[in-house]
Amino acid sequence: MRYPAAARLLRMLLMQTRSELLMRWRVPAFSVTNLALPIVFFTFFGLPVAHLRRADGVSIGAYLLASFGAYAVGNVMIYGFGIGVANERAMKIDRLMRASPLPPLVFMLAKVLTALVFALLALMLLIGFGATVGGIHQPGAVWAMVIARLLAGSLPFIALGFAIGYLSGPHAAPAVANLIYLPLAFASGFFVPVGQLPPFVQAIAPFLPTYHYAQLAWSALGAGSETLGTSLLWLAGYTAVFLALAVRAYRREERAKFA
Amino acid sequence: MTPVVELRAARKRFGQVEALRGVDLAIGTGELVALLGPNGAGKTTSISLMLGLRRPTGGEARLFGFDPTDQRARSRCGVMLQESGTTGVLTVRELVDLFRSYYPSPLPAATAIARAGLDAKAGVRAGTLSGGERQRLYFALAVCGDPEALFLDEPTVGLDVEGRRAVLDSIRALSAAGKTIVLTTHYLEEADQLARRIVVIDRGMVIADATPREIKSRIPSKRISFNTGAPVSDATFRGLPVQNLELADHRVRLLSHEPELVLKALFERGVAVRDLEVTGADLEEAFLSLTTRP
Repeated sequence: MRYPAAARLLRMLLMQTRSELLMRWRVPAFSVTNLALPIVFFTFFGLPVAHLRRADGVSIGAYLLASFGAYAVGNVMIYGFGIGVANERAMKIDRLMRASPLPPLVFMLAKVLTALVFALLALMLLIGFGATVGGIHQPGAVWAMVIARLLAGSLPFIALGFAIGYLSGPHAAPAVANLIYLPLAFASGFFVPVGQLPPFVQAIAPFLPTYHYAQLAWSALGAGSETLGTSLLWLAGYTAVFLALAVRAYRREERAKFA
Repeated sequence: MTPVVELRAARKRFGQVEALRGVDLAIGTGELVALLGPNGAGKTTSISLMLGLRRPTGGEARLFGFDPTDQRARSRCGVMLQESGTTGVLTVRELVDLFRSYYPSPLPAATAIARAGLDAKAGVRAGTLSGGERQRLYFALAVCGDPEALFLDEPTVGLDVEGRRAVLDSIRALSAAGKTIVLTTHYLEEADQLARRIVVIDRGMVIADATPREIKSRIPSKRISFNTGAPVSDATFRGLPVQNLELADHRVRLLSHEPELVLKALFERGVAVRDLEVTGADLEEAFLSLTTRP
């Protein structure tokens, strides 16, 4: 009779997202890591070579901005969910939320929206930094395409973040996230182009989710090394794997805490 | 009329431990019921089943006639749980506003904050609140949606005298306004002050479900201990309302719900009473005597 109407659900979603945004913003461990770290890394790895061009004519500055953009979004997703969810579990925030009228799906969706907002912010800051400090320019439509693809393609990392958050405790989560994400980022050419990596890393790179994720951004600049279809297929496959892992971890938690 | 809460032959097993061993309980609209019992008796497990935070191993739990996890039931309930937390980086007002958004027709935020006595702390981040203030924040979160039913698990734990009185007054006012309230406590005194119905839970079973007056007459609420000049025997206490009588040398220890009557009778029977102590009985001991009674 008083089943939550669409309007009420939307209001819940907006309020929940607003609160999640505030929470993240006020924790420097999240906001600084998510927003400033990609710019710091780009300053060291990207700026010195930003004025050069690749053999195919694409600006190396733009190419590396796209790479660090991929790094930034993955960072928001894997650390935000991994550490955030692990902390909330430790603080037993989940128990009160479970007893509240907030549907679990709205709770999750608010987290995803929050992460997307932070990812968008990180990308805009990074691209703005590249333009003003590095003099790296691309047509607005190209950057818009890079941003849209990086946000839409982040689904497997959202799932991976949730899986880490449910599988590890609050103390282990940062280490687990680092151990998984940093090697993936390096081996996929986020910091140094794949062609300059050791041969064995070059050999495994095409099997990594982050590699195909960065291809989405590189190909938007005309510097991809595979078709969009191939990238999407790989990412869909990894999404299925990570989602299965996250659902398993979530169900295990449910059985332990709420069964 | 559908009861607000219903447990039917509810059982809950955690591994080897049977936390609830068949609880039948129905709570109707507007009732103020205290679940009373020592720690580990099954009070929190009962509330968890009522709210769908745990699934019964056997039997059934219903909330407003629905499965307790149903949104239609949940949006009519406010809860205050033990062992739950909230983020520390949002302010009291921000958290109250967030929880208000979960309900169809919430109270104004200021009203909810005032009911919890937190007016002075509305702009303060939850992480900087003291233990007692935090407990009052949870109370504000429970009432802010203006729900029909309130579930308060140990609402006064960690509160100072003033905070305790404020919360108890708020609970009485909410009850007077027609809300259905289920609370747990391990203080007989608190249950007695608030509730018109006390459900005593011990070792996973309902061992009494009655008015405070009836419960008090059945629970030996005082412990009497004294030394005697000459040895006494069981016969000395014949016909007196005493339980758990222990006689060792010249030392006598017993439980009673009518200590005045017992002492009067002992004086009349010429027992020399020395080093007399009358204290509030440990509730766990008292419950033990209730359950072991034939």
